[in-house]
Formats: sequence, structure tokens, C-alpha cells
Amino acid sequence: MRKLSKAINEMIISTPSLLWLTVFFLIPTVSVLLISLHPADQYGNIMSGFTADNFKRLMEPVYMKIIWRTLWISAVSTLVCVVLAVPVAYYMVACRESVKKCLLIMIIVPFWTNFLIRVFAWKAVLNPEGPLRHWLIQLHIISPDTLLLYNIYVVLLVIVYTYLPFAILPIFAAADKFDFSLMEAAYDLGATRRKAFFKIFLPGISSGITAGTLMVFIPALGSYVIPEMVGGTSCDMVGNLIAERVLVGRNIPEASAWASVLLMVIIGLLGLRLTYIIINNFRFKPWDNGKV
Amino acid sequence: MEKCKSKIPFFTTLGIMLLFYLPMLVVAVDSFNPGRYSGSGWNGFSMRWYVKLVQDQDVISALINSLIIGLSATATAVILGTLAAFAIHLYTDKLQKVHRLMLITLLGIPDILMGVSLLLFFISLKMELGLFTIFLAHVTFCTSFVAMTVLARLQDFDFSTVEAARDLGAGWAIIIRRVIIPQIAPGIIAGALLAFTISIDDFVITYFVYGPGSTTLSVYIYSMMKHGTPVIINALSVILIIVTFIMAYAINKLMSRKNENIA
Repeated sequence: MRKLSKAINEMIISTPSLLWLTVFFLIPTVSVLLISLHPADQYGNIMSGFTADNFKRLMEPVYMKIIWRTLWISAVSTLVCVVLAVPVAYYMVACRESVKKCLLIMIIVPFWTNFLIRVFAWKAVLNPEGPLRHWLIQLHIISPDTLLLYNIYVVLLVIVYTYLPFAILPIFAAADKFDFSLMEAAYDLGATRRKAFFKIFLPGISSGITAGTLMVFIPALGSYVIPEMVGGTSCDMVGNLIAERVLVGRNIPEASAWASVLLMVIIGLLGLRLTYIIINNFRFKPWDNGKV
Repeated sequence: MEKCKSKIPFFTTLGIMLLFYLPMLVVAVDSFNPGRYSGSGWNGFSMRWYVKLVQDQDVISALINSLIIGLSATATAVILGTLAAFAIHLYTDKLQKVHRLMLITLLGIPDILMGVSLLLFFISLKMELGLFTIFLAHVTFCTSFVAMTVLARLQDFDFSTVEAARDLGAGWAIIIRRVIIPQIAPGIIAGALLAFTISIDDFVITYFVYGPGSTTLSVYIYSMMKHGTPVIINALSVILIIVTFIMAYAINKLMSRKNENIA
């Protein structure tokens, strides 16, 4: 009787959000996968029948180039974010509590500030009439005909700028829990600072590094506004193709195929992460206190 | 703890703070400059763009749309997200594992995927795009943010206080009002503020599911950036950055209050 009422209670409190997530998240996501297998009519609408044509088209060299560009831009920006985030986290945990809190807010604010405004701010900085280009020309670092905007490096810069907090926050959280007496122990046993950092600290915060990597890499794969605003057409990423197929050159099944590829990559990554966690469950790690 | 001897962490942190705030500073300076860009020289302090901003009817109506969506989506998401957090925290069966997984995936999935899938979903249901479809989309991701924030707070919640209240003869109505709500409220308020901030800021998802007459502030900023005059964006940015600072400070205060309770 008690068990039954427990089950009813569980149903009552979990049904609203489960139902909402199923209708507005699960079903739309699964239907994108299904739509990608349908052929398109001449207006780009969904027709009945099944076909793999939408995916075959993605293999064309023009599109493969965009897929590769998306992958390497995301990979490079993730690497830069993590490499920058580790020393920041290392610095932050050594700070006084009040300074730590202040730094944390300063990292969170850009992350919550309107995304378009952050992109706009970079456009203002790098604008042909903007201050940075003006100074760089005066200091003879760049020639007067160099444009700072609309190239792949600016896309990388703005992606790093946008997603850096996503890397810092989980790495900081892991570093905050890290037991620094392990470092002291390493020093006492004769390890150099460098060796202690690479052999003790980095493995100790590996869970934060993995989380940070995923939290930058996955949204970076879906970048669309950044390449559009600061990159121009030569920097198109998969996100731009999806938006173009949906909003401009309407072809719903093809857009779904692109979205499905992105989705599959992400599911693959999350699956890998999950397998890793399961495997790690059976390994003993002294610095995690047995927790995973 | 031994002080770190290497200067690399300090300079990286300093460099990143500069990287974060320099663009914002440029925008702030530009917003008070009556000229178009600071490169064209400082033409004296002026509130011209702020005056222009508040006189712009389109900005005002976009702001109203954003507020309507932000408030209604947050209110709905607070209910859904809080219930979800309780369900996940109290029950540990397979269903709740799936529940949790869905909420986490929602946080991680790129906006463009959510935007596209919701747009196709609304189209297939022949729904008219507008404020209502934006509302549905925003509730979906806001629920996830609220649930995660409340869940973090629940992890510090001592359920024995509920048992104690029951032993002392309190009914459920009193337990909820006098025991559960006061302990969970900071988490719920922090989740609500976070959801509201994210809703107001969202562009990508909104851009896919908005319709004629339902332009939000972010969509309007986008169209100003693409064509037309981007100069008043500077003034708007400064206002939004200040609001974000206040929000971040408030959320941080609410979420860190738990330390004092435990100590």
C-alpha cells in the first residue's frame, strides 16, 4: 500500500516536466532524424517515402570542406579554452575566499551577457574604423589595408571568447575540490613544480577537464552566429548551412540531414563520455576519495 | 596552502579578464561618444544614443515582447523545474535517471539543433509562429536551468527536518509552507533569475521559432547588427551588461547562503 502511494507520488511530481520534455524535446529531436530520411519536393517540403539522398549530398566536396572546417575550428578553440582555463582555475583556487568569489562573478557575467552583444562588442573592437586597427596601423604592426574582421582567426577568437567560461567553470570546480596536500607530498618526495603540476594536479582535475572540453566542443560545433557575423561566407560552418537550408534556401529534409549529423556526433561524444565514466567506476583513484 | 611560485597562472587570469572586459569597455565608451566609432575620435560625452534608444518605438515593443516571454516562461519553468528537481532527488529509479539525462542533454545541446527541431515540430503541427511558440521553446530550456539549480540546493536539504515536523504533528500543507519552502526558496529564486536572464538573452532558438509581430530584444539587436544603424546597440549593451551584473550578483548571493546555514 505504502509502495503504491509512493509510486503515485512520484508520478504526480515527475509527470509535468517529463511530459513537457517528451513533447518539446524528445519528439522534435527524434523527428529531425526521421525527416532527414525523407525525400524533398521542389519546394523543399517533406515528401513521403524513404531515401538516403540527403546524406549522400553531404558527402560532396563542397560540404565535406565545411564539415572539416567545423571540426577543426571547434577542436582548436576547445584546446585553446582548456589550455587557458587550467592556469586560471589554478590561480583562482589559491586566492582568498572574497577574491575567489569576485573572480567567479567576473567570469560568469560575460557568460550571461547577451550573446549577440558579446559578438557585437568584438565587431566594435575590430571594426575598420575601430580603435584597435587604428593603433595597430600607427604602431606599424599591420599595414593600412589589412582588415581585422572577416577571417577565420577572428571566428576562432570570438568562439574562444564566448565559450571560455564554459571551460573555466567546471575546471575550477574540480580544482576547488583537489587536495593540494598531494602536491606538497610530491614536492617532499623530490618532484619539481613542473612535474607535480603535470603528474599530480592535471590528473587530479581530469574530470573537470573532460567536462570543460565537452562543454566547449559541443556548442562550438553548433556555432552559427559567430561565423556569420565576424567570419563572412568563407568561414561558414555546419550551423550556417542548417540555418540557410531552413530559413533561406528552404529544404527541410536536407536541413534535417545536417542537423542529424551534428546530433549524431554529439550523441557519440556523450556516449563515449558515459562509457568512460562506467569504466572508471571500477578503477581506484585516491584523489577522488572513491567518488566518481 | 603554499603560494604558487609560477607567474603564469596570474598573468593568464589577468589576460583573460582583460579579454573579457575590454570589448565591453569599448562598447561602453562608444555609447557615450556622439560620433559613430571611437576610432573617429572622441567627440565629447553625450547621452545622445541613450535618448535615441528610449525613443525608439521598435526597441520598446521588442523589450515588451522579451519581458512577456521572459516572465511567463520563467513562471512556468519554475513549476516544472522545481517538481522535476524534487522527483529526481527523491526517487532514484530508471525513470528519474532518464529524466535527469534529458534535462542535462538539454543544457548541452547546441541552440541551433533545438531551434531547428522545434521549428520543424511547430510547422508539422501547423502552428502559427509567434509569441506562443517562443514561449513553448523558452519554457523547455528554462525548465532545465531551474531544475539543475534547485537540485544543487536540494543536495544540501536535510529531509530529517520534514520527518521531525511530521512527528510533531504538522500536516503536509504546513510542512511545505514552513519547512520545505524556506529551505528551498533561495534555490528556486536563483533558478528563476537564471532562467529569466537566459530567456531574455536567447537569440538562436528564438530566431527559429519567432513570427511576424513577435520580435524580441535579441532578434531586434540581430536585425540592427545585420542592417541599419548599429550605433544605438552600444547604449542598449551597456544597460543589459549592468542588468546582468546585478542578476549575477543576486544569484551568487542566493546560492552561497547555504554555507552559512551549515556552518
